[in-house]
Amino acid sequence: MAPSTSPAADLAPAPGGAPAPAPGPVATTPRARRDGDVVGLGRARAVAFVAPALVLVGVFLVFPAAWTLYLGLLDYSLTGSGAQAPVFVGLGNYTSALSDPAFAKSLYLTLLFVGGSAVLGQNVLGFSLAWYFRAAQRPVRATLSVLVLLAWILPGSVVAFLWQALLDRRNGTLNALIGTTDMAWALDHPMAVIIVFNIWRGTAFSMLLYTAALSTVPRSHLEVARMAGATRWQQLRDVVLPTVKRHILTNTLLITLWTFNDFSPYLLTGGGPNRESEVLPVYIYKEAIIGGHLGYGSAISLLLLLANLVIAVVYVRLLRTREPEAA
Amino acid sequence: MASVTLTGLVKEYPNGVRGVDGVDLQIADGEFFALLGPSGCGKTTLLRTLAGLEAATEGRIDIGDRDVTGFEPGERDVAMVFQDYALFPHMTVTDNIAYPLRIQKVGRDERSARALETAQGLSLAALMERRPAQLSGGQQQRVALARAIACHPQVFLFDEPLSNLDARLRLEARTFLKQLQKSLGVTTVFVTHDQAEALAMADRMAVMDGGRIRQVGTPREVFQRPANTFVANFIGATPMNLLDAQVVGGALDFGGFTLPVPGEGGRASAWPVAEGDKVVYGVRPEYVQCLPAPAEGAARGEVTAVENLGVSVLVTAQAGEQSVRAVVPESDEPALGDTVHLAPSSERVLLYRADGDGELIGR
Ligand SMILES: Nc1ncnc2c1ncn2[C@@H]1O[C@H](COP(=O)(O)OP(=O)(O)O)[C@@H](O)[C@H]1O
Ligand SMILES: [Mg+2]
Repeated sequence: MAPSTSPAADLAPAPGGAPAPAPGPVATTPRARRDGDVVGLGRARAVAFVAPALVLVGVFLVFPAAWTLYLGLLDYSLTGSGAQAPVFVGLGNYTSALSDPAFAKSLYLTLLFVGGSAVLGQNVLGFSLAWYFRAAQRPVRATLSVLVLLAWILPGSVVAFLWQALLDRRNGTLNALIGTTDMAWALDHPMAVIIVFNIWRGTAFSMLLYTAALSTVPRSHLEVARMAGATRWQQLRDVVLPTVKRHILTNTLLITLWTFNDFSPYLLTGGGPNRESEVLPVYIYKEAIIGGHLGYGSAISLLLLLANLVIAVVYVRLLRTREPEAA
Repeated sequence: MASVTLTGLVKEYPNGVRGVDGVDLQIADGEFFALLGPSGCGKTTLLRTLAGLEAATEGRIDIGDRDVTGFEPGERDVAMVFQDYALFPHMTVTDNIAYPLRIQKVGRDERSARALETAQGLSLAALMERRPAQLSGGQQQRVALARAIACHPQVFLFDEPLSNLDARLRLEARTFLKQLQKSLGVTTVFVTHDQAEALAMADRMAVMDGGRIRQVGTPREVFQRPANTFVANFIGATPMNLLDAQVVGGALDFGGFTLPVPGEGGRASAWPVAEGDKVVYGVRPEYVQCLPAPAEGAARGEVTAVENLGVSVLVTAQAGEQSVRAVVPESDEPALGDTVHLAPSSERVLLYRADGDGELIGR
């Protein structure tokens, strides 16, 4: 039932709409300054200001990375002949890593750990908590935030001890709670334990981020959906998720990288039993520090770094391509 | 299409504020009804309660012959246009307009066809693939309208849909919206704080204050015979003169001057007032003459302010204890400090009770 009359006047502010700011010298001067020397320091002084920071970055970031790259090409070790006179082995460390079934298994466990505890676990749980408690009373929300934040801000060693006590075979809290006897959780289900542990520990961040993100969803957009008769799920799909899409990508990137490099599983299971929970950071630690193969450990560290880079690039790409209307 | 009936409607917010405080209202089928009132008087709350976005605390809402009081917003068959338009930024114009149809599980092809058909009527057909960020304010407003129209609701609810447009565009949109509503014939409730908008567009209107309706009527009725001093004060380009007076000896004593009771004969007995009653004497500045010489039924005053209104001048004069405003042609502009004689045209004068809600005293 389209209206039979056409609009009396086109409401688009065509030429007579908002007056464009007059272009001219007023507009060009700041542009020129922005492109070149905004503050007017001069190149030499600008470099002098930046130099200390660059030196720090160089000493603490670039140099160790380059050193790792160099070590990865040697058969450098803590003891024995490799410690006295490391021999250049070229890509030997890399080829032996890639042909080592223990490395392949560790890589698989890492993907499982990252996928299960971060991409799925922390993400979904953090979003769900933020979503279900967004309309809750203030005291309820505050209590929840404190509880979830506690897991996040406690020191890792304290948390590891708490979890040892929770999962202990003989006097463990979990066994007492659910009435099982003699369940050695960390031994029988090591991957499940470290995944649940990491979800518990890291959900606070996602929850906080998503709580902030959800508050950016305009109320009227949700109400348009409600007026149209959309269910809760449709509101989520059509209004909420598209609005917070970028937050989801950013959060997923951050927690993926953190979980990828997370060493705390070692505090719970030590990578065991029988390497059943040996994620890559633990694998590297065992190879390099305990096994003494520093060269080999360095090579794998570099592989880990590359993996991180690839992940980061993929996410950044997604972030960029997903927003075509940002003109 | 349907009529809307509100009975004893109350909306109390959790903090105890009564946004709507006992509203009875009947809106006829196909009527363009405006809700007018100052900011914070509860217009939005009333509209949202009608839409189902807020649950009514008491009372009952009927749309057509259905009691929809407990219904979800999606079940009421009403469409709302929000003040900020609330277009989904991630959807094209087509998808935005067709969104309610998508929720109603209309197939993709039919959806697009109906969106296009509606859009053509609103001169949007060339913009169907754009996103809201690529549209001007006026275009966004029409997309929001199209979304409301495309699902063929029984009632339209508009919450200040013109307030985000610039002044000239607003005038055009007013005319356009009114024509559109007439051609569609859909019952429309239109919220505005701009009396010019309500007076220009509405078939009937309600003036609200403090969650209550203070007057319902056609724009002409509301403008010419405000039912109480609140409405009298609120409606009009220049506020009405509301002068305190007392019935003394069959005439009106203003403290410093007296005027005859308005109407033929100028006798208090023609009105339901008694000797000694306190009343409020209301007359629009447009209906007060500003004479240079004394005349019968005129009050003597001294000019304290002169404001230019374009083709006319708003003169404020002090007469006794009262400050009286009059609109005079620019050719007759007096100077500050001049003595003038203010003569209200007596057939335009309204008398209100000075106590209670200040209702109009019938004549
Ligand atoms: N969500 C809310 N919670 C509590 N009070 C509200 C809420 N929304 C509006 N109010 C109050 O209700 C009254 C009416 O508000 P509103 O309907 O928005 O007025 P209007 O649209 O006429 O400007 C105001 O006093 C306002 O402060
Ligand atoms: Mg409002």
